[in-house]
Amino acid sequence: MSKQTISLNVNGKSVTAKAEPRELLIHVLREQLEITGPHIGCETSHCGACTVEIDGMSVKSCTLFAVQAQGKEITTIEGLGDPDKLHVLQEKFKEHHGLQCGYCTPGMITRAHRLLKENPSPTEEDVRFGIAGNLCRCTGYQNIVKSVMAAAEELNNKEATT
Amino acid sequence: MSATAESVQERRAALKGLGTSRKRVEDARFTQGKGNYVDDIKLPDMLFGDFVRSQHAHARVKSIDTSAAIELPGVIAVLTAKDLEPLSLHWMPTLAGDKQMVLADGKVLFQGQEVAFVVAEDRYIAADAVDLVKVEYEELPVLVDPFKAELPDAPILREDIADEKEGAHGARRHPNHIFTWEQGDKAGTEAVIGEADVVAEEMVYYHRTHPCPMETCGSVASMDKVNGKLTLWGTFQAPHVVRTVASLLSGIAEHNIRVVSPDIGGGFGNKVGVYPGYVCSIVASIVTGQPVKWVEDRMENLSATAFARDYWMQGKIAATKEGKILGLWCHTTADHGAFDACADPTKYPAGFMSICTGSYDIPTAYLAVDGIYTNKAPGGVAYRCSFRVTEAAYFIERMIEVLAIKLNMDAAELRAKNFIRKDQFPYQSALGWEYDSGDYHTAWDKALDAVGYKQLRAEQAQQVEDFKAGKTRKLMGVGLCHFTEIVGAGPVKNCDILGMGMFDSCEIRIHPTGSALARLGTISQGQGHATTFAQILASEIGISADDITIEEGDTDTAPYGLGTYGSRSTPVAGAATAMAGRKIRAKAQMIAAYLLEVHDNDLEWEVDRFVVKGAPERFKTMKEIAYASYNQAIPGVEPGLEAVSYYDPPNMTYPFGAYICVMDIDVDTGEAGVRQFYALDDCGTRINPMIIEGQVHGGLTEALAIAMGQEIAYDELGNVKTGTLMDFFIPTSWETPNYQTDYTETPSPHHPIGAKGVGESPNVGGVPAFSNAVNDAFRAFGLTHTHMPHDHWRIWQTANKLGLHN
Repeated sequence: MSKQTISLNVNGKSVTAKAEPRELLIHVLREQLEITGPHIGCETSHCGACTVEIDGMSVKSCTLFAVQAQGKEITTIEGLGDPDKLHVLQEKFKEHHGLQCGYCTPGMITRAHRLLKENPSPTEEDVRFGIAGNLCRCTGYQNIVKSVMAAAEELNNKEATT
Repeated sequence: MSATAESVQERRAALKGLGTSRKRVEDARFTQGKGNYVDDIKLPDMLFGDFVRSQHAHARVKSIDTSAAIELPGVIAVLTAKDLEPLSLHWMPTLAGDKQMVLADGKVLFQGQEVAFVVAEDRYIAADAVDLVKVEYEELPVLVDPFKAELPDAPILREDIADEKEGAHGARRHPNHIFTWEQGDKAGTEAVIGEADVVAEEMVYYHRTHPCPMETCGSVASMDKVNGKLTLWGTFQAPHVVRTVASLLSGIAEHNIRVVSPDIGGGFGNKVGVYPGYVCSIVASIVTGQPVKWVEDRMENLSATAFARDYWMQGKIAATKEGKILGLWCHTTADHGAFDACADPTKYPAGFMSICTGSYDIPTAYLAVDGIYTNKAPGGVAYRCSFRVTEAAYFIERMIEVLAIKLNMDAAELRAKNFIRKDQFPYQSALGWEYDSGDYHTAWDKALDAVGYKQLRAEQAQQVEDFKAGKTRKLMGVGLCHFTEIVGAGPVKNCDILGMGMFDSCEIRIHPTGSALARLGTISQGQGHATTFAQILASEIGISADDITIEEGDTDTAPYGLGTYGSRSTPVAGAATAMAGRKIRAKAQMIAAYLLEVHDNDLEWEVDRFVVKGAPERFKTMKEIAYASYNQAIPGVEPGLEAVSYYDPPNMTYPFGAYICVMDIDVDTGEAGVRQFYALDDCGTRINPMIIEGQVHGGLTEALAIAMGQEIAYDELGNVKTGTLMDFFIPTSWETPNYQTDYTETPSPHHPIGAKGVGESPNVGGVPAFSNAVNDAFRAFGLTHTHMPHDHWRIWQTANKLGLHN
């Protein structure tokens, strides 16, 4: 099958990739662009391990063909913080034991990031509903919810003091 | 003096040792998307493997035509059993002493069975080629019901061993029968049951389910033909065992095989076994001379790699009319699927099912387990469980409830009346185990107080009245559970897998500047070993946990160990860590004595240093000793500071817990909501309370899944009905409740630091608590027992059968 060249902006960098029309975005990200933070848990859009942000929306990147992402801005876990300055969500997941095996974590944090953009002061119920598209087998979600709530609080405090 | 005392405390706190809720060192890479899982491995010229799988549950393979697949550009090879046969790799041994087809050899025995292995340049071409392989089948009658396996018209599944009267676990009475395993006193138990005031009977079915970790199974094999070395990365809970098995199977000498378990995205027992995909990736790499990756998709994971449970447990429990239990009888029909691939220690074909007397002082007991072949996927692994302890705990905790109904007695009171008392430990159970320690009454009373048990029962009684009066359509269930686990396999004299004794190991190097590296034979899959093992060591050798690196999973560097499953890491490798630490400390004491010019016996250990007795100002810290060990010539003492310990535990450990679930059930919709869940765990000495709590939350959620909806179901043709996450229930954050955790602390008397293991307790205790809550909600309306999983439809049916919709 012939490959098409696609141009994307991934984590602030312009990149190109070659993909067949049938190739899923998650495969192109992981296998061509070395973006291995988003993981594959099901390839059927149930588990959310492959969650990325595309033009300000949470997207399960196994749901999309790579060619559909032509020209889009994509943010993955790799784009949220860096080793010298972690994102507040990354800090809070560490602090509140919001992860165990780490496999769902990149998708979970990326989803939580978008959730807090859309709803900066969520209730526990909002968080539980808002991340329900991302499965976790290790934590029972209790500490994930705690981490997201704590991140919201800190982000709001920062907002208030600046 | 107070200043000194304070500094001792400060120094102890700085170690971040035992009992500290130390933050995890693993999390930096995981939160930044920098974990390194099998599917993240990318090697030059790496190929992708994919399976042609059987759509039939039982069929003869008449022919396999691979020609069209091979002609597809980008396809490098297509392997079938015929290609593997010259290497004797078309079958492989299972962990249970049976053998299993790697690729279909003449017939297929379950839907999803591996038939051919396609190797191609990328995963898309491999998938295309899979579709081009033409397999001609002749369908055979299918056996899905284990109770029909020995009927005269039952199809014979395993023709390869149909005539063998002896299996790996004794006599076989039928070609579809694998083994009968008996424990305890049959005649004595039947006599007690025949004479008792009260006997309760029930068939308790623990349905087939699946560990379903977020990351599926996979491997990358790379055969370096120049140097004759094979490297195998994979999702292995037991990398060293994989190396030995790979060597035995392939004929490659063990020193020429390196097995690496990188980061593992959850295991829960799914990644203990050896799968055809691993073998095929190795063979394909040997054949092609290129690295070959195989990663299964979710449907393959749910339908072909190891299932769990599927135990039909017929029980009888006898008691006096006052509620003192006299005897327990159990016959289990175990559906093992097409091959016996259970991951149990060799001498225990039904795992530790014989812990089914639970937390109770039951004088007489008998257990028999019949293993049966059916046309289902092989497995029978311990899904967040120590070898069938989940089944045992579910069985006894249901039988207790059934007995309470028969006696018309409160189920909490019945439990308390029969608990093994604190003064009875070490306790010899009727089925042969020596429980090391416990204090069940204290835990139980604490749990009942914490939830306000009496008020809950009063509220429940009122709600039943209101329901009967038409004032509400909701019912309330109080699910009780007091479980006892048996974990930490185990003493080498009892426990081996494929002949390999179940010890574990730790090797420590202290660096000259006083930091350390410790390597273990286990492998974390999310449990946080890099964090907690450093804490054990910190308390032993006085070096801060932050200055200790823990490494696991690379067989070229880590000492041999049997891996991580059955809650054995802390009981066995944790003990090895403490013992190796003590060897370090013993040598350090000799060095300190030399440096301080005193006799060894004149020194005492204090947190992070050796101090001269009676002269607190004279001491040497571990850091100073480490430096001297390398750089100072000490007569009679070798340079360096290293130690290794291979620990063979004297006994298992017996964690226990008291769980209470309060559930509200809508009689008209079958919906069940968890109002409260209280979990008290006693795992002995607590290493990291934060991680323990996280393990409990996670295990309870897996228990919620199993009890309330998760199932691997087959239809009568052997089709898997629950092969995707659309049908296989995994609770989301929306369905999952908040849990309330608590603890008591009864250290294990034989473990070096008194720890018992906790990761599996919440799954073992959680399932009966949830299930008992559902059953209890309908007790007042005549329900004795209803099978899991308690999804809304089944709960609605239960209510309907009881006439509650009239």
